[in-house]
Amino acid sequence: MNAQVNGRALVLEDVHKSFGKLQVLKGIDLSVAEHEVVCLIGASGSGKSTMLRCINLLEPVDAGRIVVHGEEITARGVDVNRIRQRIGIVFQAFNLFPHMSVIRNVTLGPTEALGMPRSEAEALGDELLGRFGLADKRGDYPDRLSGGQQQRVAIVRALAMQPDVMLLDEVTSALDPELVAEVLNVIRELAAGGMTMVIATHEMGFARDIAKRVCFLDAGVILEQGPPERIFTEPQEDRTRRFLQSIIDAGRM
Amino acid sequence: MSGPPELYQSQSGDPPLPTGERGSRILAPLRAEGARGVAIAVVSAMVFFTVVIVAVLSSSGWPEIRRAFFDGEVFREAFPKIVDRFGLNVFIFVVAEGLVLAMAMLIAVLRSLHGPVFFPLRILAAGYTDLFRALPTILVIALLGFGAPALRLSGVPTSKVFWAIVALTLVYSAYVAEVYRAGIESVHPSQVASARALGLSRRKTLRFVVLPQAIRRVLPPLLNDFIGLQKDSALVAFLGVTEGLRESQIIQFENFDFTPYVALALVYVVITIPQARFVDWLVARDRRRRQTGVGV
Repeated sequence: MNAQVNGRALVLEDVHKSFGKLQVLKGIDLSVAEHEVVCLIGASGSGKSTMLRCINLLEPVDAGRIVVHGEEITARGVDVNRIRQRIGIVFQAFNLFPHMSVIRNVTLGPTEALGMPRSEAEALGDELLGRFGLADKRGDYPDRLSGGQQQRVAIVRALAMQPDVMLLDEVTSALDPELVAEVLNVIRELAAGGMTMVIATHEMGFARDIAKRVCFLDAGVILEQGPPERIFTEPQEDRTRRFLQSIIDAGRM
Repeated sequence: MSGPPELYQSQSGDPPLPTGERGSRILAPLRAEGARGVAIAVVSAMVFFTVVIVAVLSSSGWPEIRRAFFDGEVFREAFPKIVDRFGLNVFIFVVAEGLVLAMAMLIAVLRSLHGPVFFPLRILAAGYTDLFRALPTILVIALLGFGAPALRLSGVPTSKVFWAIVALTLVYSAYVAEVYRAGIESVHPSQVASARALGLSRRKTLRFVVLPQAIRRVLPPLLNDFIGLQKDSALVAFLGVTEGLRESQIIQFENFDFTPYVALALVYVVITIPQARFVDWLVARDRRRRQTGVGV
């Protein structure tokens, strides 16, 4: 394994994934540095979610490899549970556990996957909930919370595992517009804290703001990537231009 | 964003209707009617039931019916004996219920195992449920209750009660396994994905995320099966074991009177209704807790 791969937080090499006859990823190459924030943009069905799910090993890849901090996680025989403990993922639909209180949602991973003592996990959970303005919600059940609060809890739940990398899969898409900001602020804070993140998003303004690099996915490949200033102002590819134009036409940028 | 559609629009000034509360459908419309409505309902009910009772009591056949089914003297004599023997039914169904809970869970989990290695176990679990749901309960009881002791093999218990419990456990585990399985499958795959994404193993995902949600959802149908099991404990009478039903039959033969059966029927009604209310209460408590957020 060469040094270029070893020194990176996350590397994808020629990753392919199909569902039946439908080819969703057709050779994805991506290299993410430590503390880097990469945003994935592109139309629905372009492969953003599938790519994130592959990195978390929720979907097995068909070909290619994925390396996290020097370890090839797509190799045969790796312990998927151990890998997932290092890679946090947050979903569009929150997916909190409805039968557990907020604090239990947050401590379940640390206690049951990492074997952390309950008291220690609760201390960590309380600290994180406090940091993101959720301290008074610790005993509530998810049904009682607003969408924005639920999504913040979901982010805290992933953070409580103290992951090396965070994957965010359109985490604001299911939210009412007035609740989007509170979630984006949480993500900004994570970026400021140096968290390595790969973020699939439709919030172009946010992507421009937070990303060090923006990748435009189209039909299962990264068609174009670069710093947000360049991608959003002078995209090289015709497809990228058309995608951004459609976003502008829809009044979303 | 608007809230969920109002299912019950209450008129202004009326007390709000309880929505979605189990067991309130008979009384809830009354509350909506207000005091005048309640008064009408009460008078209407009194008149209706008085007419029915008078009609029954004054019918020409009533003295005969009363002698055969509602003989006070026979009842007073039979009731304590029946309750005493019913203790055996309680023993049988309580032990069987405990075994069913565990065995049905095992079968449901076996059936939900992934991977080609577990194919034989899945086949076994599926075959089991197919077989024991197909067989009449009384046939399984006869087969084991008469058959197993007749083998006279050393180490094989000869107690008919033992085999009756085994038979009821086998049959009802098949039903309850299907109830559990429906519950397990009703938990959305995204819940599993969420738990696995945290690095939880399959087993821990099942234990902490899937089963707790599945069991909460299947409590009412689970109780249904348990009530069925409790009633089917009377089938053990077929083996000649003197439980509640057999005792009632013996007293009936002595007196040529069916009152003992009515006494036993009363026992079943009295034990079943509180269980139904208990499950309603559990379901309501769970709902309340999830929506008001107390405790941790």
